[in-house]
Amino acid sequence: MSTEARAETFPAADWEGGALPYHVGHRKLGMWLFIVSDSLTFSALLITYGYLRASNVWPTPFPFSPSIVFSSVMTFCLLSSSLTMVFGVSASSRGDKAGARKWILATIVLGLTFVVLHLFEWRHLIHEGLQPFYLPQHWVEVFTTTEGVPPSPLFGATFFAITGLHMFHVLTGALYLGVVAARVKKLKHEDVEISGLYWHFVDLVWMFVFPLIYIMSVDVHGVTKTVGG
Amino acid sequence: MSTHAEEHFAGSNKLFSFVWIGLLLLTGIEIFLGYKPMRLEVMLTILLGLSVIKAALIVAYFMHLKFERLSLILTVVPMLVMCICLLFVFFPDSFRSAGLRYQFKQPAPVAKSAATEE
Repeated sequence: MSTEARAETFPAADWEGGALPYHVGHRKLGMWLFIVSDSLTFSALLITYGYLRASNVWPTPFPFSPSIVFSSVMTFCLLSSSLTMVFGVSASSRGDKAGARKWILATIVLGLTFVVLHLFEWRHLIHEGLQPFYLPQHWVEVFTTTEGVPPSPLFGATFFAITGLHMFHVLTGALYLGVVAARVKKLKHEDVEISGLYWHFVDLVWMFVFPLIYIMSVDVHGVTKTVGG
Repeated sequence: MSTHAEEHFAGSNKLFSFVWIGLLLLTGIEIFLGYKPMRLEVMLTILLGLSVIKAALIVAYFMHLKFERLSLILTVVPMLVMCICLLFVFFPDSFRSAGLRYQFKQPAPVAKSAATEE
């Protein structure tokens, strides 16, 4: 009875569910909250990486080619996929469903290109002898300090965990966008926008992974090449 | 038709293209810096600074947060920044544990082992 009375006094009040306090739908708000929680997952992983790096001798083994060239092209792919996604959402907001589908498909292609290039990069490192808890022997020789402290074998663990989780997000995103592209005519504009939010988040995470994992581990003097061949 | 678009999704494709070019330029600067000889702390600070700028550009324009209601921005952003800062509370411990680490003595295992035991 009291709620009815209140509803009469405050029609469409925010607390009565009569209005949208954030001016977004509940699904979009849910995606934002998911993004916040997922950001914390990646932050925790990257900070763990920083912790291990600060408390250990850390190898800096990435040669310009293929590692830095590949990761730079991958960054370009992901940034461009964000642009095509934003074009897709923009087209969807104008009611141009066919245009939205076209741009979303372009986004998926760029995302999958990223994954394929990343797998090539992984294959190169695994071929060198990198494993989650072991470094290639010639890296150990090169990066052992003059006091005889060897580099941390956890390099592989942090590398594969962080880039692997990110790659999983890209794959999941490509799948998600595939469903959105297939059903774009039935979906509301906001649903397309939400899938865009997820995709941009995946791009955003890479903006931290790329400099911290790759650029901070550049083999400037080419030491791994000279020993390992 | 254009007013309808502005209602739902502000920002033109031209604006988004500019943001994309900006992001590419910042990435180029990061790669360039990777090959400049400098202290690790300085490089880390510059790279993280650039990454935060890139993240802000993505969140503001691509994720459209700049055009959302202020209440959503205030709900999402400060809480995340605060939580990430709290995660850094563990960081000083990494410098302590660097000193505690077991000292491997690979080159001279027999002669130096007694010194390590101390």
